[in-house]
Amino acid sequence: MSLSQDDVKRIAALARIEIDDAQAQATQTQLNTIFDLIAAMQAVDTGGIAPMAHAQEVFQRLRDDAVTETDRHAVFQAIAPAVENGLYLVPKVIE
Amino acid sequence: MKWETVIGLEVHTQLATKSKIFSGSSTAFGAAPNTQASAVDIALPGVLPVLNRGAVECAIRFGLAIGANLNRVNVFDRKNYFYPDLPKGYQISQLARPIVEGGALKIVVPSTGSGQSEERTIHLTRAHLEEDAGKSLHEDFHGMTGIDLNRAGTPLLEIVSEPEMRSSAEAVAYARALHTLVTWIGICDGNMQEGSFRVDANVSVRPVGQAEFGTRREIKNLNSFRFLQQAIDYEVRWQIETLEDGGRIQQATVLFDPDTGETRMMRSKEEAHDYRYFPDPDLLPIRLDEGWIETVRANLPELPAAMQARFQNDYGVSAYDASVLTGTRALAEYFEAAARACGQGKLAANWVMGEFSAALNKAELDIAQSPVSAAQLGALIARIQDGTLSGKLAKQVFEGLWEGAGEVDAIIEARGLKQMSDSGELEKIIDEVLAANPKSVEEFRSGKDKAFNALVGQVMKASRGKANPAQVNELLKAKLQ
Repeated sequence: MSLSQDDVKRIAALARIEIDDAQAQATQTQLNTIFDLIAAMQAVDTGGIAPMAHAQEVFQRLRDDAVTETDRHAVFQAIAPAVENGLYLVPKVIE
Repeated sequence: MKWETVIGLEVHTQLATKSKIFSGSSTAFGAAPNTQASAVDIALPGVLPVLNRGAVECAIRFGLAIGANLNRVNVFDRKNYFYPDLPKGYQISQLARPIVEGGALKIVVPSTGSGQSEERTIHLTRAHLEEDAGKSLHEDFHGMTGIDLNRAGTPLLEIVSEPEMRSSAEAVAYARALHTLVTWIGICDGNMQEGSFRVDANVSVRPVGQAEFGTRREIKNLNSFRFLQQAIDYEVRWQIETLEDGGRIQQATVLFDPDTGETRMMRSKEEAHDYRYFPDPDLLPIRLDEGWIETVRANLPELPAAMQARFQNDYGVSAYDASVLTGTRALAEYFEAAARACGQGKLAANWVMGEFSAALNKAELDIAQSPVSAAQLGALIARIQDGTLSGKLAKQVFEGLWEGAGEVDAIIEARGLKQMSDSGELEKIIDEVLAANPKSVEEFRSGKDKAFNALVGQVMKASRGKANPAQVNELLKAKLQ
């Protein structure tokens, strides 16, 4: 499998990364190298092996349902670029 | 052409845990912005999620309640998309191996017109755990958007049905049954205004008899049963008109505008997100052990479907009445206590669904706040049954109970509401009425039946409503012959 220029531009758009044609070209080459590596791994016969969700054969530890956090918004908001009435302000995005 | 509607619902239920799904922040509604958003919730670099046992247990409860398969090993995935109220740039959700698969819910669709109500079983596809996003406030902050992350990380169970509903009435009946169930088993507070129970409807139409589904459009975020019904009805009309005019339906996501009653396109398939799901490396697979599942099963209350069947058997109420009476656990418990107190299931059902529910609605009270206890209502019904009270007098006693005027018998005594049982006294009243209304008597004798009703009315009035109407009829007839 190899990626087209259009694939690269679509992925960039999904990731909200602005790229020009030269960058798209370079990225396409790099990504295709990675896909070549994946293609080499595809040669391994994995028939009958259940896909793993995680590299280790261990399971998630669970936390008791209790409130342990306190209000620290003042500390967090001290590093935010814009804040008003306790809200983080971001450029307007409407769907 | 005859069209068939096909509907499937996706419901997001906020789980009633104290803390968030992956952090120890509070999930309480209505706090000041961002005061319940920890480092994990706002996605500061280097933080890791730790799964809340309570959220997993809610999902197990739900799976057991609908007879579903619980995946003993299930996995969290990342669903990637960019939006400012999703600070990580991905939502932790479950795609390939959700915690709950399959299961079914019995619904009772109210009759339209004179028909019988209809029972149906709706199958569920799956239910999976995920985290809620924050809230974007688009009011004017100097052209900026305000972000409140208090809701970010609130545990959700997304419950997906099969596309088995064929009308908006069925979709509403299913949504109501699901709402009843999740509040009944205590995994969700069910508050739709606060967004605890949000419905997305996938709607398509196809010519009757066609096997393949039509192209569907998804109506997002319906937060009332009325809007669900209105949105589906509008969408179905729109799709049929579009197809009959020779147009095509494009797969799309739409929003319902309650002010205009219309749906409008939010994004088309081409613009739809490509979520690039993959297993979340920050979370290990979840294992449900049998001991845990059995403990949860042992603690489940009697479920609405079982209770409906029991109410029909034990108290002789109809299937539809049984579904209304099990609308909430509190209502079901109230009904059963009243029915047991008086031993009159059907009468108790009529009173609970009629006078009692109307009084609660009018006063905008919950059952827990009712000034009339189930035992008092039962005592009142017992007095109807033994002939002390007519239905009309019973309503007056009920008003007295509601005002807190004391117990049933005391109110009957104090207000002189006992139905007249002495036929001598009643005969005396009838004689007086006949003497005072010679014209009506004349009319009746000359064949005007209406005149008889006028006389009954006069007798009831003279007895101040305390005469037994059946007895009045009988005695009056005898006297006029």
